[in-house]
Amino acid sequence: MSDAAKAPGAIMRQNLWTSNPIFMQVLGICSALAVTNLLSNTMIMTVGVVFVTAMSSLTVSLLKSLIPRKVRMVVQTLIIAFYVIIVDIVLRAYLPEISRNLGPYVGLIITNCIIMGRAEAFAQSNGPVLSFWDGMTSGMGYMGVLLTIALVRELLGFGSLFGFQVLPAFFEPWIIMVMPPSAFFLIGLIVWIGKTIMHRQGEPVLEGE
Amino acid sequence: METLLSIIFIYIFVENFVLQRFFGICPFLGVSRKMETAVGMSMAVIFVMTLATLVTWLLYTYVLVPFGLTYLQIVTFILVIASLVQLVETVLRKISPTLYQGLGIFLPLITTNCAVLAVTLLAIRQEFSLVESIVFSIAAAIGFALALIIMAGIRERLEMAEIPEVLQGSAVTLITAGILSIAFMGFQGMLTL
Repeated sequence: MSDAAKAPGAIMRQNLWTSNPIFMQVLGICSALAVTNLLSNTMIMTVGVVFVTAMSSLTVSLLKSLIPRKVRMVVQTLIIAFYVIIVDIVLRAYLPEISRNLGPYVGLIITNCIIMGRAEAFAQSNGPVLSFWDGMTSGMGYMGVLLTIALVRELLGFGSLFGFQVLPAFFEPWIIMVMPPSAFFLIGLIVWIGKTIMHRQGEPVLEGE
Repeated sequence: METLLSIIFIYIFVENFVLQRFFGICPFLGVSRKMETAVGMSMAVIFVMTLATLVTWLLYTYVLVPFGLTYLQIVTFILVIASLVQLVETVLRKISPTLYQGLGIFLPLITTNCAVLAVTLLAIRQEFSLVESIVFSIAAAIGFALALIIMAGIRERLEMAEIPEVLQGSAVTLITAGILSIAFMGFQGMLTL
């Protein structure tokens, strides 16, 4: 992936669409797929990811001249861990119920390859403001896909959206939608649809090895 | 003994790490292209996971808890895993070059494998004893290996199939994973802890 495009608009387009972390790279879905059966959980989780990605890109960019090249992976991990701990503690304090639902998955934001990937590919060689923007839009590209999955799963699995019943009572909930397989199917379908549209627009769709 | 046996069964089949709990999807998609790499990765994961759980459990129980530092859990664990991977790599290169050749390239990838961090965090969360934690980590790693190796077998066959360009790569792999996941749903509810 090239990071030659430096204009904020181009960065946004790239991160939300043409190199969307999920469509084109299928990165970092581990920590979040599990929470996609309810919209509210997904919302909190992905907001956490956006926050961590944006802030760690900003911090890495600010500190880039101070970090010796040899230990930069460790330093980046520490920076990311720092923000993840903040998210974890804030959730525990203000949203204990959701924190319990998300379980260990909040801690796993650390190993989300998107965050490390943006820090390494973009923040390392760009200014703080652009890096913050890049991190935020990457996080949002990820958020968009996961919210779509959660929307379908909660609507068909429980007949509700954000916990409010929206489908009439005679609707029979699809139990499979709350079970793990549906997450795999949906993300596979989304990648497929996304790539089909991109293919029509003449963008390259084959993944790099 | 019964608890240990049920931990083994539950985490290999019922709560399979990849197919039911979504841990370690990245390596699951990344290295399942060939059987050879899948087996190599599996071995490396079993090795590192067990070692990491042992070290983090001891560290958590005897250092973090007595000093009231449990909020540092996540950062300590990730650092332990990263340095452990580095250590294993160095030791392996010295004492067993053949094993290193087999596992070497997979070791750095393990640091970003969320399944390893997940095992260490879950062992603490479930309040397992030391022995239970170790059995748990081995079972979880075998579950991961099982999913990875089955997937590699399927993907080697898929190579022969004619798949539309837009569906190639991750899309078809994810849909296959969905079908596998349905198969593993058959174990659901068989045993609980």
